[in-house]
Amino acid sequence: MKANPKNGWDVTRRTVLCATAAATVHAGLEVNEANAQAMTPGAPAAPPAPEPAPQLLTTRLTVNGQAHTLHADARTTLLDALREHLQLTGSKKGCDHGQCGACTVLVEGRRINACLSLAAMHDGQAVTTIEGLAKGEALHPLQASFLKHDGFQCGYCTPGQICSAAGMLAEARLGMPSHVTADLAPGAAPALSDAEIRERMSGNICRCSAYPNIVAAIREVAAQPGAAA
Amino acid sequence: MKAFSYERAATPEAAAQAVMQHPGAKFIAGGTNLLDLMKLQVETPTHLVDVNRLGLDRIEDTAGGGLRIGALVRNSDLAADARVRQRYAVLSRALLSGASGQLRNKATTAGNLLQRTRCYYFYDTSKPCNKRQPGAGCAAIGGFNRMHAVLGASSQCIAVHPSDMAVAMRVLDASVETVLPAAAGGARRVIPIADFHRLPGNTPHIETSLQPGEFITAVTLPPPPPGVQLYRKVRDRASYAFALVSVAAIVDARGGTIRAGRLAFGGLAHQPWRVAGAEALLANAQATPATLAAVGNAALQGAHGQGHNDFKIPLVQRVLAATLVQAVGA
Repeated sequence: MKANPKNGWDVTRRTVLCATAAATVHAGLEVNEANAQAMTPGAPAAPPAPEPAPQLLTTRLTVNGQAHTLHADARTTLLDALREHLQLTGSKKGCDHGQCGACTVLVEGRRINACLSLAAMHDGQAVTTIEGLAKGEALHPLQASFLKHDGFQCGYCTPGQICSAAGMLAEARLGMPSHVTADLAPGAAPALSDAEIRERMSGNICRCSAYPNIVAAIREVAAQPGAAA
Repeated sequence: MKAFSYERAATPEAAAQAVMQHPGAKFIAGGTNLLDLMKLQVETPTHLVDVNRLGLDRIEDTAGGGLRIGALVRNSDLAADARVRQRYAVLSRALLSGASGQLRNKATTAGNLLQRTRCYYFYDTSKPCNKRQPGAGCAAIGGFNRMHAVLGASSQCIAVHPSDMAVAMRVLDASVETVLPAAAGGARRVIPIADFHRLPGNTPHIETSLQPGEFITAVTLPPPPPGVQLYRKVRDRASYAFALVSVAAIVDARGGTIRAGRLAFGGLAHQPWRVAGAEALLANAQATPATLAAVGNAALQGAHGQGHNDFKIPLVQRVLAATLVQAVGA
């Protein structure tokens, strides 16, 4: 660590967060040893099976076009693989339970919550994160539109919002319906009204409530023919 | 998360056998519910059998005019399938009313049926829960139970099944196709959806009629019955929330008269709820206030609230009445 004139050593926000997270995880492992029980639905109550030793797995991922081979604990989620092993910290850990959408990435072109998937489940697959959307210095149309419409305040949810919007626009182009699509008849892609955009983006929470500007940013890109591929 | 070992199954039979062989093993498909619970140590499997690459991701027409939905078909693909949208709209609607776009891209047909309750006390390992730890007690009874069951509950458990998809499957008379582990005979069997989800009784930790290691390969739908198909869900937010109550209805009405109807309810019980006596009242009926009230009373026969969730009983009766009026006018 470099010297910092203010406090004598260089503590970045990220090192503090990492240290805090490590302490939390350690504390988490100590609790509930006694009352946790393996329970298969449909199986009669059985004595808990002993916890096995951690298993290391080799997983091959292509992330933003680049091939990686990971050697990691079987428990490693796709999100932790990206952030902690590949240092791609654009994808954010918000709730870590699939409720906030900050970790949204595209796997084989489809948006998913990276926090609710094991890296090993994606062996051999292609992942696109926020770091992979721009083409060199040229921003992805959604990135440019979020800037233009001020589609964020603190910015923490933004990578997930943008990856989710990219996946969502692809789904709409394929004609996939949503909860608010009036007519289920298969055919042309549904027009992306504000109600459609809001419903389709409901898996991404914005704590700063920048929703009107997020909708405006996505609406503009949705209206561009062939955009956001 | 507790440590676990991991393997990728090559065939459904091998998957069933692998879970049977390892004490504390579980299948993992989408993982959206299982990993959530593993992070909280509500679920602590010692071995995971990944069933994502078994080729069970196709939807096929059956010879009888129905559909066979592979166990690994993702919720978003099932909702968007042209045949489902045209002939089983209630299933599309139910799927689209649940979860988020990201979760539906991952969640599977079989996994949706097997998802666990969202009871807060089941999730909170500092509270007693008979479902998590048989014999521990139930903190929901006498606790904060706004989301809990008004039908089919027991003195051991008042949890509800959270699925929207399962409610549509119930009204469509779906069947669940499985394969048993070789050690348990290796047979394939078909479980009617009506017999699939159990009531809690004295064994709330046993949620389905599946045997240990038994693996779901597909869900089949018979040809759709005549009539308009509707799914109406009431929840605390306009999107991305579990149902407080929901109604799946298939109503065959001509000129204001209902010829026949089927009804299934979500958010009320430990299983999708269906009452033959209520459906019988729909035969050759007009959608008059008196008929709607009689059907609502028959559907909720035996219901009683737990305190915070008393509102569910009049609420679901009103949602049912509105759904039937909409169906007759469609």
